[in-house]
Parts: sequence; structure tokens; C-alpha cells
Amino acid sequence: MAPATEQQHDHGLVDPELSFLTTKFEWLVQWARRSAIWPAQFGLACCAIEMMAMAASRYDIARFGAEVFRGSPRQSDLMIVAGRLSRKMAPAMRRVYDQMPDPKWVISMGACASVGGVFDNYAIVQGVDQVVPVDVFVPGCPPRPESLIYGIVQLQQKIERSRA
Amino acid sequence: MSEIRTETMTVNMGPQHPSTHGVLRLVLELDGEIIQSVMPTIGYLHTGIEKTAEQKKWQQVVPLVERMDYLAAQSNSLAYVLAVEKLLGLTMPQRVNDIRVLLAELQRLASHLIWLGTHAMEIGAVSMLFYAVRERELLLNINELIAGFRFFPSYFRIGGLREDLPRGFHEAVNAFLDRFPGKIDEFEGLLTKNDIFRRRTEGVGALTLEQAFQWGLVGPIARACGSDYDVRKYFPYCGYESYDFKIPTATEGDVYARYRVRVAEMRESVKICRQAIQRISPTGAWACDDTRVVPPPKDKVYTEMEALIQHFLIYSQGFTVPAGDAYVPVEGPRGEHGCYVVSDGTNRPWRVKMRAPSFMAIQALPTIVQGGLIADVVAVIGSNDVVMGDCDR
Amino acid sequence: MESAAVIEILQSAVPGAAYEVGLSVDMPTIYVPAEHLVATCGVLRDLPTLQFNVLVEVTAADYLPREPRYEVVYHLLSVPNRQRLRVKVRVGANGSLPTVQSIWRGAGWPEREVWDMFGIVFDNHGDLRRLLMPEDWEGHPARKDYPVQIRKAAQTYEPLEVSEAEFRANIERDRLKRTH
Repeated sequence: MAPATEQQHDHGLVDPELSFLTTKFEWLVQWARRSAIWPAQFGLACCAIEMMAMAASRYDIARFGAEVFRGSPRQSDLMIVAGRLSRKMAPAMRRVYDQMPDPKWVISMGACASVGGVFDNYAIVQGVDQVVPVDVFVPGCPPRPESLIYGIVQLQQKIERSRA
Repeated sequence: MSEIRTETMTVNMGPQHPSTHGVLRLVLELDGEIIQSVMPTIGYLHTGIEKTAEQKKWQQVVPLVERMDYLAAQSNSLAYVLAVEKLLGLTMPQRVNDIRVLLAELQRLASHLIWLGTHAMEIGAVSMLFYAVRERELLLNINELIAGFRFFPSYFRIGGLREDLPRGFHEAVNAFLDRFPGKIDEFEGLLTKNDIFRRRTEGVGALTLEQAFQWGLVGPIARACGSDYDVRKYFPYCGYESYDFKIPTATEGDVYARYRVRVAEMRESVKICRQAIQRISPTGAWACDDTRVVPPPKDKVYTEMEALIQHFLIYSQGFTVPAGDAYVPVEGPRGEHGCYVVSDGTNRPWRVKMRAPSFMAIQALPTIVQGGLIADVVAVIGSNDVVMGDCDR
Repeated sequence: MESAAVIEILQSAVPGAAYEVGLSVDMPTIYVPAEHLVATCGVLRDLPTLQFNVLVEVTAADYLPREPRYEVVYHLLSVPNRQRLRVKVRVGANGSLPTVQSIWRGAGWPEREVWDMFGIVFDNHGDLRRLLMPEDWEGHPARKDYPVQIRKAAQTYEPLEVSEAEFRANIERDRLKRTH
């Protein structure tokens, strides 16, 4: 919902009612986006099991609107990179990210996805932000499901703060 | 008249796929929906753990090795720890062995629960995942009780355990063991006589015992083909010979037989756990007496000079292991886990190699699914219980 | 059964091979020369007193300053006789050894992994290519002279590189072949 003309950048000086409406509408759009984030399944390793535990009944992610883990990236908004990214997998991950439609966000879950984790060697990419732009980093090995839910809540607040 | 021209279609079940249990890539060549050939590509989760382990000291390898097969973490570390203790020539007190048996069997239950949940979910019974993960949460609570960490407790150490059992351990384990057999009955009630489940799994992915042994598959897959090979009975470790349990087998060798074998194994594990928890006293020995390897208790470290020096040496430069090599097999949930450890006499390993049962299972996959349907590939991968972390290491 | 007893049985079945007893703390270990490997493994699998019907693992270790540099290790299991055996073969730096796929089919991928990680060639393997590393990787990571960490940017995208003429030619080719 980007403003099309330059007039609407004038902070309401030109047309007060119009920019009030677009701000309200923008708030509505961002509320809709953050309340129903659908993750794409991208579980790589151990963190994927914690992601499954988060989606299960005890740490229910459905309360936050994100229980539908889509199989296809083309139908999802969020990619939770759960697990260690090896060099062989990096092109595949980039391709999955490119297949997601805008607006899209990435959560890097776990130490291995954020910085390479305990594996400082030839086979692991030291941080997935070398491959995709990341919005939220969640530390842990693996992070508790509550940590990941906190990360998703942080992402929701980030979406609320940003422009549509 | 033009003739109908047919050709096979190549379909990629790529590394990112809901049903491939991790990052496995299968290139299927299909004639309609019948599979002509499968080419699996692995390596998308290769972590170089074995090379990294050569840079660490002996005790630091335990958390690394646990992250290989992340569903059966403690059976990985048990295999490694037993191999190094074999090289060191250590014998453990009976209590340590009993605790190791108990935790290994609880780990087997946790792994089989995830197997059951994901396998049934992929075949279509989606709610099984939620039931299985709910039971697994109780087991993860027990892990958290002993080590503060849900998944990779790193509780098994060379020389024994990390520390003594906490208060409340017996109550937690007994509460779980009282509740769990009823849950297994519930799961069986959902799936075992379920017509849809049976039609999707009976006759699918059949394997003969000869083929299983040729491909190096020993474990629930071979037991579903009729063998009774189980490392716990054939080459007992940690005192398994003193426990009373049976080895469930089946003869058909298909996906349904593997399901029945693993569910029966869960019941046997509960039996072993009950016997073990009765033998374990709430406090007692948690490590062997060897002072080169086991750090002294903290109160001695603060008061005695020798204990302080010993603690410092163990944690700064580590202990050395005599030169040689050892391989100790352990019955993991997927089959025979074993760790081949080569030492050159210093405080770092020279080579650490884990034998991965999932590696052999994926190697045999093209033979098993030949001539089947695409849907059978999903069922077979689930029943082989492959974990890509174990396969790629 | 001790290593010496195994060697005695093997010596009568495969004459001329120079076996050695290996030192070990856990299971009988024998050293087998590379040229007699396939014959020895055939005997190990088929003879009723031995009957090692399962190949558990094929792995290797790099003892760099020592010559010969590598030792390829086979772990065997006999389910009927409840026995384990470790067979070791010494291989030099650019050496090769025969494949045992004809005896145990499950040896295919472990041998591929040994090639991928160490660079030890298996003759007549038929499918010796990268297994764990990417297909275009250079170097064999598990060797002792390969660094643990290499500073290399992650390869993110492989764009399809076809010129427009090639693209149109592909379409034409496929169009003409359709007969139904």
C-alpha cells in the first residue's frame, strides 16, 4: 500500500482527510498481516523438531495465527530457517526464499542459522544472513518453543511498526 | 495412424519438502505414477562434525556428537562414551550402568514417538503428531530435570555421568511410566486396525531378510523381516544382560510390519525402564573412581589442593586416552549406532566416525520402492525412520 | 574367535596373502593386503565357520605423517555366529583398492563417502562421485591437511544460463517432437 503520488507524502498538509484514511487503512493492513503469518516449512535439523513442538498442543502457535505451515513457499509469508544451513543447501534455500511472494519475512532460528552455531567448519554457512535478509534472530541450541514464540511476537511488533 | 509415444517423467522431490523427513532430495523417474527409478541425493545437512571433533578435547566431543542424530541424541553420545571408555579401560559402577540404560530407553521412546507422529501424519492421520508430541513433552521434561536442557542433555560423560540425579527424578519417571502404556494402547487403537492405514502400509515396501542384510540394515527394519538381531541381546553393554525383555519381530518386512515392531518395542522399553528405575537409588555413585577422567566434587575442589589441581587439569588440557581404536555398537532407535574412535595418545581424538543407520536405509531406498507408487515413497521413508542429521553427519 | 584363528582359516582359503594380526581392545582385527581384499571378503562371507553376512561400516582414517597414509577399515558382523571383525587395509597417498560391492551391496555409498572425504579411489565402483559435499567441490575434507574452516562466500544462486537463441531452439525441438 505505497502512496502513489507525491502529494500524499506531505504529512497531511495538502489533504487532511485523505492521509488520515490511508494511515488508518495502513494500520489495518499491517494488523491483518501480523495476525496471520503463515510460515513455510523450512525445517533443516534439530530446530525443526522444536518448531514442530511449538506448533503442537503445549506451546500452541495457533494462538498467534501461525499454525498453518504451508508446504509450498508460494503460499506463505514467513520462512523460519530452523537448523544448520550447509553450503550444499544454500542455493536451494535462496530459491525457496525467492519463490515467496512479498511481503515476506525471515526468522533465523537457533544458533546455527544465526551465526553458524557450534559448527565453525567448512560445511556450514556461518549465518543465513549471508544468503537471505533476516528480520529476527532467535538464539538457542535449540531455542525453547517459548523463545521462538517470543521471536514471532517481536516480528509481529516489527510489522506493526513498519509501513505497509 | 500415429502411434502413442510414451516416455517417463522426471520429478524432483526437492530438498525442501514436507514429507522427506529433513533435507533429502529424490529424483523420481515415473511412468504414470509407477516409479521406475529413484536417485537419492544426500549431503544437504552435512555438518563436518567428524572433522570438527578432531579439534576438540575428548569431553568436548560429547555435545557435538549428540547433534548428529538429533532425535536419538543420547544413543549417539552413549556410543561415543562407551567407545572411549573401552579405550581407557574403565568399568562403571552398577548404578551408572542402570541410569544409562534407563535414559537410553527413555530416549528410544522419545524417538519412536516422533517417528510415530510424523509417519502417521504423512500417511494422513494428522492428529497423531499432536498426540505423540504431547507425550514427548513429558520425556523432555525429564531431560530438563536432569540436565536443564530439553533436547541434548549431554548427560553421559566419559567416566560416568555429569552429576548425580536430582530430587524428583524417581517421581517424574514413575509418573510417566504409569501413564504411558495406556497411551500406547490409545495410539494402537487409532492406527493398528485402521482400514485406511492398513491399506496404505500393508504390502508396501516389502524387503526380504537377505536383502536387508545385504544392504547393511540391522535394526527395526531387519527385525520386521524376521531377524532377531538386537545389539542389546547379541553384544550386551551397560548390563543389559541382566534385564528381562523380549525382542519383537515380524515376518512380512513391509511398512506395516515395521510399524508393529516399533510399537511393540515401545512396550518393551517401558518394561526395561520399570526394572531399571527400581534398581536405581536416589543418590549414590554417578561416575567411576578414575581420577584422571572424572572431576572431583566441588566441595573438595574448594578445600583441597590436589582436587583443585586435578579439576584444573581435566578442564584445561583434558585427559589423554591411550592410542588405539575402538568401535562399540549400541542399539539405537534406528538400528545399530556405533562410534569408531581412533586415538593417537593425545588429549584430542584422531578420528571419530559414527556409523549411521539412516545412511544405509537411504542407500537401500531405490530397491525398496521400485515399482511402487509415489505415495508409497512417503510411507517407506517414514517407516525406515531416516533422520538426515544422522545420514549426513 | 581370535584374530589369529581367523587368519589361520583365511590363510588356507586364500593362499599367498600376507595377513597380519592387528592390536585392538574390542574385537578381532586383521590387516589384509589390498590385492587380496575381494577374495578375502568372499571367504569371510561364505565360509560357514565365519559367515560375516553384514557389512556394518566402511570408513577410513588418515595418519598423515606415516606411510602408507590411509587405513581403510571395514567392520563386519556375523549374525549367525554372533561375531564381529574389523578388517583393515593400508592404502598409500594416491593408492586405490577394489570395491567390495559384489560381496555386500551395502558397500556402495560408504565407499563413495570415503572417496568424497578422503580421495581414496575404489576400482570398478561404477558410481564414484560426491555424496556429502556439493558436486563441484574441490578437495577432500577429512584429510589431515585440509583446513577445518575455509573462508568462502556462500553460493546462493545458480541462474539458468541459456541464450535466447538456445531457448527458442529448445522450444522448436520440443514442438516438433509432439505427435499426440
